[in-house]
Formats: sequence, C-alpha cells, structure tokens
Amino acid sequence: MTALALEHIHKSFPSAEGPVPVLRGVSMTLAPGTAHALTGESGSGKSTLLHIAAGLETADAGDVRVAGTALGALDEAGRAALRRGRVGLVFQQFNLIPSLNVAANLAFQARLAGRYDAGFVAHLTARLGLDGLGARYPEQLSGGQVQRVAIGRCLAARPELVLADEPTGNLDEATGDRVLDLMLELTAEAGAALLLVTHSPRLAARCDTRHHLRAGLLEDTA
Amino acid sequence: MTRATFVAFLSHWWRNKLQLAMLLAGLALATALWSGVQALNTEARAAYATAEALLSEDGAAQLEHPSGQMAQDRFVELRRAGWLVSPVLEGRADLGETRVTLIGIEPLTAPPGAGPALAAQDLEGFVAGTGFAHPQTLREIGTSALDLRPSNAVPVGSVLVDIGTAQRLLETDRISHLTVNPDQPAGLRPLNEVAPDLRRIPPGEGAELGGLTESFHLNLTAFGLLSFAVGLFIVHSAVGLAFEQRRGMFRTLRALGLPLRVLTLALVAEMLVFALIAGAAGLVLGHVLASLLMPDVALTLRGLYGAPVPGALQFNPQWALAGLGMTLAGTAIAGGQALWRLWHLPVLAPARPRAWAQASRRGLRVQAGIALALGLVALILALRPEGGLVAGFALLAAALLAAALAVPVLLSAMLSVAERRARGPLAQWFWADSRQNLPRLSLALMALMLALAANIGVGTMVASFRATFIDWLDLRLVAEVNVLPANAEEAARLEPFLAARTDAVLPMLRIDATLEGQPGQVYAMKDHATFRDNWPLIAPVPQVWDRLAAGEGVLVNEQLYRRAGLDPGADRLALPGQDPLPVLGAYPDYGNPLAQAVIALPRFQDAYPGAPVRQFALRTDNPQALIAALQDEFGLSAAQITDQAQAKELSMAIFERTFVITRALNVLTLSVAALALFAALVTLAGMRLTQLAPLWALGLTPRHLAGLELARALVLGALTLLLALPVGLMLAQVLLAVINVQAFGWRLPLQVFPGDWARLALWAGLAVLAAASLPALRLWRDGPAQLLRGFAHER
Repeated sequence: MTALALEHIHKSFPSAEGPVPVLRGVSMTLAPGTAHALTGESGSGKSTLLHIAAGLETADAGDVRVAGTALGALDEAGRAALRRGRVGLVFQQFNLIPSLNVAANLAFQARLAGRYDAGFVAHLTARLGLDGLGARYPEQLSGGQVQRVAIGRCLAARPELVLADEPTGNLDEATGDRVLDLMLELTAEAGAALLLVTHSPRLAARCDTRHHLRAGLLEDTA
Repeated sequence: MTRATFVAFLSHWWRNKLQLAMLLAGLALATALWSGVQALNTEARAAYATAEALLSEDGAAQLEHPSGQMAQDRFVELRRAGWLVSPVLEGRADLGETRVTLIGIEPLTAPPGAGPALAAQDLEGFVAGTGFAHPQTLREIGTSALDLRPSNAVPVGSVLVDIGTAQRLLETDRISHLTVNPDQPAGLRPLNEVAPDLRRIPPGEGAELGGLTESFHLNLTAFGLLSFAVGLFIVHSAVGLAFEQRRGMFRTLRALGLPLRVLTLALVAEMLVFALIAGAAGLVLGHVLASLLMPDVALTLRGLYGAPVPGALQFNPQWALAGLGMTLAGTAIAGGQALWRLWHLPVLAPARPRAWAQASRRGLRVQAGIALALGLVALILALRPEGGLVAGFALLAAALLAAALAVPVLLSAMLSVAERRARGPLAQWFWADSRQNLPRLSLALMALMLALAANIGVGTMVASFRATFIDWLDLRLVAEVNVLPANAEEAARLEPFLAARTDAVLPMLRIDATLEGQPGQVYAMKDHATFRDNWPLIAPVPQVWDRLAAGEGVLVNEQLYRRAGLDPGADRLALPGQDPLPVLGAYPDYGNPLAQAVIALPRFQDAYPGAPVRQFALRTDNPQALIAALQDEFGLSAAQITDQAQAKELSMAIFERTFVITRALNVLTLSVAALALFAALVTLAGMRLTQLAPLWALGLTPRHLAGLELARALVLGALTLLLALPVGLMLAQVLLAVINVQAFGWRLPLQVFPGDWARLALWAGLAVLAAASLPALRLWRDGPAQLLRGFAHER
C-alpha cells in the first residue's frame, strides 16, 4: 500500500482577474520508507500541494489517498482525524505550541493520537540531541532546536506519512544539514514516507526521488 | 515625512477596522458614562441654585418661630422697629391636577432676588393673583383657576405667588418666616431684643439642599468614575495591543531614519484625533443617557430630599468641555504606557512577538506589589472609620484597585494549578495556553472583575437595604390611617371627631430645629402601645418608654445618633428653648436626610405651645368606614388621607426609585466590561492564528478549536466571577458600614443573597459568551482559510 497517492490534482485560487491556476493535474506516489523532494520556484504551488496532501486544503479536482484512505470522501473532522493518526507535519516555523514546554510538545501528537510511548519519546529525544531541554519553552530555544523538537513531535506519533515544508528554511546551512540528516534517518528507521518541500537543489539531491514543479505541473522526476 | 508617517500609522487601523472601532467605542463609552453622570449632577446642582436664588440672590438670613409659623403681625412689628424684613408663606396645596408648594412673597418689601424680579415685571397683576411656575410644573398642573406664567427661575414643583394669594389658597392668615434684607439701616435695636422668640437662620443654613444631596451626587460621581475607569481599560488594552502589533513597523520607520521625536509626535497626534472623535461621540451619548436617566434622578431627589429638580436636561457647554477634558486625560493615561514603550524601543532589538507578554509577566510581580500596598492602605483606612465620606470612598478606591491589580496574579496562579492537575494533552494545552494568553486579556478581565464586584456589592447593599427596610416599614407604619389636616383650625375640629371614632389618635407635632449643629426636627410622641410595642430601638436605656413618657429624656434618630456620636444614657441633647435632655436611645429612620429627636407629647406642648398638629396617626379596626366618615363629614381630599397600604406603597416606591440609577449604571458598567472583553478577544483572535494553526495541523478541527476558545472565555469569566465575589462582598460591607453611615447616617446589617449571584453569573456568562462568540464563530466558519494564514508566509 502506498503512503501517499496524488492523482491529477487541480487547484486554483480566486483573484480580481479571475481564478489563478496553481496546480494543473499533478500526480505523484510515495511508497513507505521513501524520501521525496519537491522543488520549484516561489509560487509554483509546492506548499499548496503539501497542504492538499495533508488535508489542510482541498483540491478542486483529483484524488488524494493517504495510506489508502481517500481524502475526498472525508469531511473536515475526518481529515483532522487522519492527520492526527497517520500524518506528521513539519513547517518552516510556528511548529510548536508556545504555551507548552519541550517535553509536552514532544509528546503532544502521540498522546493526541493515543500512541504515546514514553520509551520511544525518550529514544527520539536522545537521537535529536534534546536531552536536558524538556523544561524549556519554545521561545527559549534556538531555531535548530525548535525544528528538532518539531521533527521529534511528528515522529513520536509514528505517522505513515511525514510532510515537511521548508523545515530548514530558517536555519543556517550547517544546522539545516544536521536537521535534515536526522529527519531522513529517523523517517527511514520508522518506515514512514517523507515528502520534503524545499528550494534547495542541494538538499533535494539527498532524497530518494526529486520532483520539480513549474507553473503548476510536475516537470521532471529524477 | 510627516505625511508618510501618518499614512504608515493609519494603514494599521485601515487593516484592523474592528480594533479601531473597539478603541473608539471604549473611549466614547467611558466619556458617555462619565459625562452622563456629570450632566445629571450639573443639572441637579443648577436646580438647587435656582431654588436658593428665588427668594434672595445675595443670600438673606431668615427669621423663624420654633413652631414653624407666626402671626403676620410679627412682620408689622419688626418693620415698625426699622428692620427691613419681608414675609414669606410656604405651604402645600392642590392646584389643577397636582399638588404643589406655594411660595408666597411680598414683592414690595422682599430683598432682591429672582422671585421679586419676576413679580416686578407686572406688579399689579402679581398682587392681583398672577403666579409663576416652571414650564414642567405648568404642564403637571394643567388648567387651574390661577393665572400662571412660565419661568425657569421658579423651582420645579413650586408656584410663586403674592403672599395674599398664598394665604387665600392655603386658608390661613399666618406666615412661615421672614427674610431679612442683607442691608439694614444703622442703629437698630438688636433682633434678639425686638423678637427674642424668633430664631435667626444665617444665609445658606436654611437652604440645605446642596448639603443634603451631596452624598447622593458623590455616589453618582463614584459610579461614573468606576464606569470611566472600566472604559479606560478597553482603551488601554486596544492601544497596548495596537502598539504590540505595530512594533515591527515602528522599528522599520526608525531604521529608515524617522526621528524618535517625529514618531512620538505622530503617536500623540493619532491618539489626540481618536480622543476628540470618540470624545465628541461620547458627549452625545452621555447627553442621551443623562436625558433618559434624568426623570428618575429627579424623582429620586424629590422623593428623598424634596429637592426641586426638573425631569428634563439642558445642554451646558461647560459640562461638554469638562467631559472632553476628561476624555483627553483618560486617553493620556491609557496611552501613556505605549508612548513610554515607544520612547524606549531599541532600533536594533530583534523582533520578538511575545515581548509584550514577557514584559507583562515581569510587570506581574510589580503589579502584585502595588496591589499589596494598596490593600494595606485600604486596611488602614478601614480601621479608621472616622475619616468621613471622602475617606470612605478613598477606602473603596484603594480596595477595588488593589483587587483589580491582583486579578492577573491570582488568575495566573489558579490556571497554573489547573495545568499541573490536567490529564491529557488537550487539557494540558488548554490551561497552559490560557495562562500564556492571560497578559493580553488581563486588562479586560480586570475590567470585568470590577464590573462584577460592583454588581455584587451594590446588589447586596440594595437587597440588604430592601430586606431591612421592609421589616422596618412593617413595624413603623402600624397606624391603619393617617390624616393630614390642612391647617391648625382643621386639626382642632378633627381631633374630637377622631377621638370618638378610633381606638387611638396619635397626633404628630413637629418643629424645625438645629440639632447638634445639623438641620433637623423635633417631634412629639404620645405615649401609646403603638410605639412601645413596635418601634425598634438601638442602644436603649432601661425603662426607655417610661422615661420618655415621663418627659425625662429624648429619643434620637439613627442619623443624629451616628453623626453626632451620641451615647444613650451618657449624653444629653440640646433642644430649642429647653435644658439639654438625656438621650434615651435611637431609632432607625431610613430615608430621612434630617436629624430628628422625639420627646413626650406633654413636654412638647409645654415647650412649643404654638406648634400645629401636622398629622394624625389613627388606630382603628375599620379603616374604610373611618375614611368614608372623614370624607363625608369634613370633605377631606384623597391627598389628605392615606391608609397603611398606601403609605407602604409610597415608601417602597421612593425606595425603588432611589436605586433605579444605581441599577442602570450597574448594567451599563457590566456591558462596558463585556465590550472590553470582546475588544481584547477580537484583537487577540488575529494574533492567535499562529498559535492555533499547529493544533489544526496536528488534527484538531476548527469547530473543536472554536469550542475550546469559547470554553476558555467562559472559564476565565467564571474564575473572574469567583474572584469578584469576595471583592463584591467587601464592597457591600464598606457601602453598608462606612459609606451609608457617612452619607445617610444609617448602618445596615449585611445579608447575602446567593440567588442574586446565580442570576449575575448567568448574565456574566451570557456577556462573556457574547464577547467570545464572534471570534469563535469566525474560527469555526472560516477555520481552514483563516488557519492557513498562520502558514501563509511560507507560500
């Protein structure tokens, strides 16, 4: 069973001059345990595609299946439940819940999904180099630490699909590399599929598969 | 540069129209409530001044006989002795469709004043029977036999006529008092030799309206100030949040080379413009509000103090200017912190969206310290109750401010406990998130706490008062029928008739007197079981009724007892024309602004032989038959006879009217607090998107999030109500034990009414729900589109 299947996805946004097409028939399949990069210019529709895959936005046309479940058949509550149980999301920023400390943030999604495993969270914490930071609040962390907590929180819930939108976009190159290494290692260990949205061809090259979006179409797949 | 700066400044409000509306609404409401209350006070005070200027513009002394009236010959006698005095007759009479106070003057001898000036317009007509009355009184009279002309110089409820006309209408040949012209010829024999039995009342002492009603106006002012403060919370909150939202823009403008001075001036100009716009709107609203409340205020003042206040409001430019000044001052207070922060904003500081919250957290400790200090001040003031009314209000202000400042500290502690006890990730987030957002909501919650505490405090005071008052009325109004004779002759004719047809005739005789330096009255009391069995007494001496009946002492009302600090059994009270008498006890006398003393009837008649009977209280088994007989035999009007039920009804009506204004201001203050919460929640809603978006991404639906937002507002409202309860009870205790004693002279026991609290909780819950529902509804309805904005920057 595929972790994510996108078929002929269309999406346009309204504007004063009429609808502006952003995605014009995008198809893509992600197998479990594989890492995929999605690159493209600003405004090419990368984030929109990721949001549609997560059920945060709905496509105008086309099918989205996450771990075999068709998103089109689900209402808002159903899509939320799917995200809670099967999808992990990592954004460029605003990932963490500012009112909870690192330990509570790390455990949050796993507890929400009813899959909290203290041993696994401890393992992730150690792997992500977050030992000793459990009592800190997001505002007391560096950018790299925030993203590592976001990755930890996402993986602690054991998702089948990890969607990451420019997770290293706010970090310097060295820190970004370290964060991406961890993300690739840990998703592979967990057997989850990873879809990584990035501007960087260098980072994209480290994934198993690379997709490039141009003017709403997938241009080439490497 | 200035124009560009303004465009940048105003762009924020252009994009946040609701926030701007809240800021303007807060300022306008604060101004409206304050200026509305001030309009009521100004109008009432102007009415008192009119009343006082009617008989004399420079303030003439008066000569009075202890019995309250004198023969007209006394006027002739004093004029012959060279004294420039003028007779005045005052009395109540039915005129047209209402009962009015007739004020009869003698225009040729009267000292200069508004009344004589009116008479001088058509002296012949005035002497022949033309009268003057306020337009409102004319409307109430309708048609009458008198030729009445409108004049704003005559107090509402009064009719100015020639003394001859007044004597004819009141069926008497006597006069009430003499006014003494301020300019007298030299070398006159002193008054105490010419008329030793007449009491000279210096100018101002006779007209006590200002003094008597001052406590009422002080109460209104205090409420107005509280409402104004609650309104300022909205403004402070809106200005603070707008500053936070524009922090990045300020830094950019500074970085682009805009001098700090220009930036500060622009912020000052912006606030000034807002203050002027909202202030003008507030003045209009305040005038409308005052116009709506004025009839009730006028009725209250007339009912409580007999103060002639018109029921309609005049526009007063001074009032408008003062109101606008208050708005500007309020805006300066509310916006001062933002200006200070702008002045200290470092150009190169990193953008920290949570900086305000962090600063607020640091400020929380300072706030707790100030609250503690103010609490101590309140405690010290509470332990020294002799400070007077101003000290009483200072105690209230310190206690309320301390409580308000303590609200965020206590709420933070409560939420912290809840967070520690929470199980499950959502509950944990709910409490943690509520605590984290507390700094942004704290001002609105402080306003809500103040409004709730004021509601509980004033509600408890009114309900305690009502319960005590009803019990007291039942004891006090035991006479089945009361009759008001029109004059002494009618009283003399009535007495034998009544004695033959009732179980007891209890005549009420009274003289006006100054008691312990306070305006007051001395009453006669016939020894009867009606009083012995029913009158509740405070601190009576043993055998109090026997000693009173024997003429061995005096009873005083609670007002005199407390204000003069009289100690029954130890102190004596000086009455006019008598040696000081021992004080035997005190009796509650709610609603009476005057000092009062009661002595035995025989002793009264010996001391004040000319005093007429003002009223007969009658005990009978068949009140209806007695009333019918009185009407048949004597042709008494309905206004002259009241039965027990009517008397109680009248007393309760006056009581209820007294608190109409209080209740109206209570509701308005709670509404303003709800608006403060609404303003804070609406502003916060935009800022919370980035806090809520991750939760949505993690699998919570917008509906779930909206429900949690509503629940948070309700929980914070409930916790605030919990904090407001003790503060409200403290407020009630201070009102009952300090303010009422100082303002009215009576002290009441505190009674609690949990049913009223439940009703208030329901109203507060509805207010909080109303305030929180729009942001929650938006989140629910436009959830995905709104929440995606939390990640919008990534696109």
